[in-house]
Amino acid sequence: MRIALFLTCVNDTLYPNTGRATVKLLTRLGVDVDFPEAQTCCGQAHYNTGYRHQAEPLARHFSDVFRGYEAIVTPSGSCGAMVRELYPRLGERARAEGRGGGLAAALAPVVPRTYELTEFLVDVLGVTDVGAYYPHTVTYHPTCHGLRSLGLGERPLRLLRAVRGLELVELPGAEECCGFGGTFAVKNPDVSAAMGADKVRHAQSTGAEVLCAADNSCLMHLGGTMARLRTDMRPVHIAEILAGTEEEVLA
Amino acid sequence: MSGTFLGMPAFPEAARAAVRDATLRANLRHATHTIRDKRARAVAELDDWAELREAGKRIKDHTLRHLDHYLLRLEEAVTAAGGTVHWAADADEANRVVTRLVQETGEREVVKVKSMATQEIGLNEALEAAGIRAYETDLAELIVQLGRDRPSHILVPAIHRNRGEIRDVFRTEMGRWGRPAPDGLTDSPAELAEAARLHLREKFLRAKVGISGANFMVAETGTLVVVESEGNGRMCLTLPETLISVVGIEKVVPTWRDLEVFLQTLPRSATAERMNPYTSMWTGTSGGPRGEGDGPRAFHLVLLDNGRTDTLADDVGRQVLRCIRCSACLNVCPVYERAGGHAYGSVYPGPIGAVLGPQLRGTQSALDASLPYASSLCGACYDVCPVAIDIPEVLVHLRERVVEGGEVTRRGVRVRLRPARGHAAERAAMRAARWVFGRPGALRAGQRLASRTRGVHPRALPGPGRAWSASRDLPEVPAEPFRDWWRRTRTEAARTGTAPTEAGKAVRGE
Repeated sequence: MRIALFLTCVNDTLYPNTGRATVKLLTRLGVDVDFPEAQTCCGQAHYNTGYRHQAEPLARHFSDVFRGYEAIVTPSGSCGAMVRELYPRLGERARAEGRGGGLAAALAPVVPRTYELTEFLVDVLGVTDVGAYYPHTVTYHPTCHGLRSLGLGERPLRLLRAVRGLELVELPGAEECCGFGGTFAVKNPDVSAAMGADKVRHAQSTGAEVLCAADNSCLMHLGGTMARLRTDMRPVHIAEILAGTEEEVLA
Repeated sequence: MSGTFLGMPAFPEAARAAVRDATLRANLRHATHTIRDKRARAVAELDDWAELREAGKRIKDHTLRHLDHYLLRLEEAVTAAGGTVHWAADADEANRVVTRLVQETGEREVVKVKSMATQEIGLNEALEAAGIRAYETDLAELIVQLGRDRPSHILVPAIHRNRGEIRDVFRTEMGRWGRPAPDGLTDSPAELAEAARLHLREKFLRAKVGISGANFMVAETGTLVVVESEGNGRMCLTLPETLISVVGIEKVVPTWRDLEVFLQTLPRSATAERMNPYTSMWTGTSGGPRGEGDGPRAFHLVLLDNGRTDTLADDVGRQVLRCIRCSACLNVCPVYERAGGHAYGSVYPGPIGAVLGPQLRGTQSALDASLPYASSLCGACYDVCPVAIDIPEVLVHLRERVVEGGEVTRRGVRVRLRPARGHAAERAAMRAARWVFGRPGALRAGQRLASRTRGVHPRALPGPGRAWSASRDLPEVPAEPFRDWWRRTRTEAARTGTAPTEAGKAVRGE
């Protein structure tokens, strides 16, 4: 099976290890992974900040780059939700503005073929035990767009439970937002920081070494908060845990 | 505490102070988590919750689509039952009508049922200016009124107060408004409730005019419905001779039967109760125009628009008119929990307030332009909404209105709004980002520049970047962006004839 890795601009620029881990994991599971180099950004930050019209050419570009693939896999719940939930809305709004169905038609092919990583593993490949090894105590934070927009549900937890060596501990208040929220983090920094600090305190209370999530932007906020609060936890993307083996633990 | 929301700062500034108030944070955390968890249990009891939610949404959408029809039907039914219907285009008109109606009775005081519509229009202040005293009779509203405070929650307006604070307000303020608090009042809930009961009882028995809102108005019968927990509403609706109800036009439902949906979803969403303790329904002057039965002899219904028709003209924003004011979105909102209700600067706080306020009032003031950003878009509000208002969708829609301007309806007229000020730098950054993201080569160049200069990156950001780095470390820029690694390892693999992932492994060991 040949799929396209939609890594996201944030991962490409700041978290290349998540990309490498995703490639390693999928290749190990027999998937032929391509990284279309023309990919850039899905337009989520533009859309969610109110610049919908600026997001449109980015969405068109995304569709041009990825439309030829059977499946498009992304290690980001929120960018996955942008494509799956909000691209159709971009098309609807353009139509409502009297601009016809062109945008909707251009975006339609990529919408149903885009999968968040854990969703692709569990639903498409049908695996929960990906043959991973990770000898650490981990607590999992379900990020909001993965949880509510994509409905990832138990999938990430099922994958983590099957990892050898990994001890999974429950995060209190798991389903509460971490306070990142894209530009929210800088437009309402005080509330954002308060939410982040509460999330980190909850994570710390579990005694875990690692706070895991399926979205590096949320982990960037939480990791930055952890460092500032001088905790001894570290943030790790789920792909980096699942890609690890007894020969090589990645993060 | 000023008792009014006029001149409130934009949300981020107001929230900053709230976040640092440890008592407020503790009060809100305790209260919202308690209600939140109870609601979840109450909703989980019903296996047809999703269907009820969908039905509620559809009933509201259908009614809003034919609002003109159902309002006229309602007017007909209310009139036939002996009531009088008044139409108020805005807050001023509604206040004038109510003031005149009270003046015509010759009374100088009224008792009030808890009502969001009358708070929205500032009725108490308008009556006070005309020399008429309005007594709030809902326990939490009483606490707010006695404390010259502002409500901070739709359903639990004194949620920001703890028992000790309430005892202090009762001790010092009750005497000025009527029967003083009993000597030696403690902060036990039973004692506080008893003090309020004694204080209010004399007002119920004396008042000749009652003022209410309504949760629902049934078009086919002209019946109004008030749902409450304390029984104060029942007192106000039945004891006075004249009853004046101020109700937003979106509160109409077509038929009596439609109530079966909302009387299930509202109590569970609001107070986590299967059924609320008091559901009062009245149809005009039910005792007949000659007053031979129980209840008020004169009934006036003031139908309030105040921005609702304009909101109806907004194809994304109109869904906020489905709101049944249950407060579930407030109780589940992580931003509300930390910023508190006052930061939203109006009687409608929380997620619904962040959309309802700017929809009804417009996005022109600094406060209203800031409210659509008072959310991390986590979506918890949409999940719990019993009429499925997609609050994140409306928030983003309003953000667009703020930064791009565009066409809106104001007082029935289509007007073109200019983009709000203060977003110029952001707009330029978004344009620049779009330019880069439209060109993979430019993105690559930017990433490489960031990687090569990473040794000299500052630990903290200056200027607006401080909003990030005041509380969070910056992420470290990697030595090599992913796309460079991909290209390098793929080229290497092609050259050496090894599998790309093997090459990747070799690179990792460098």
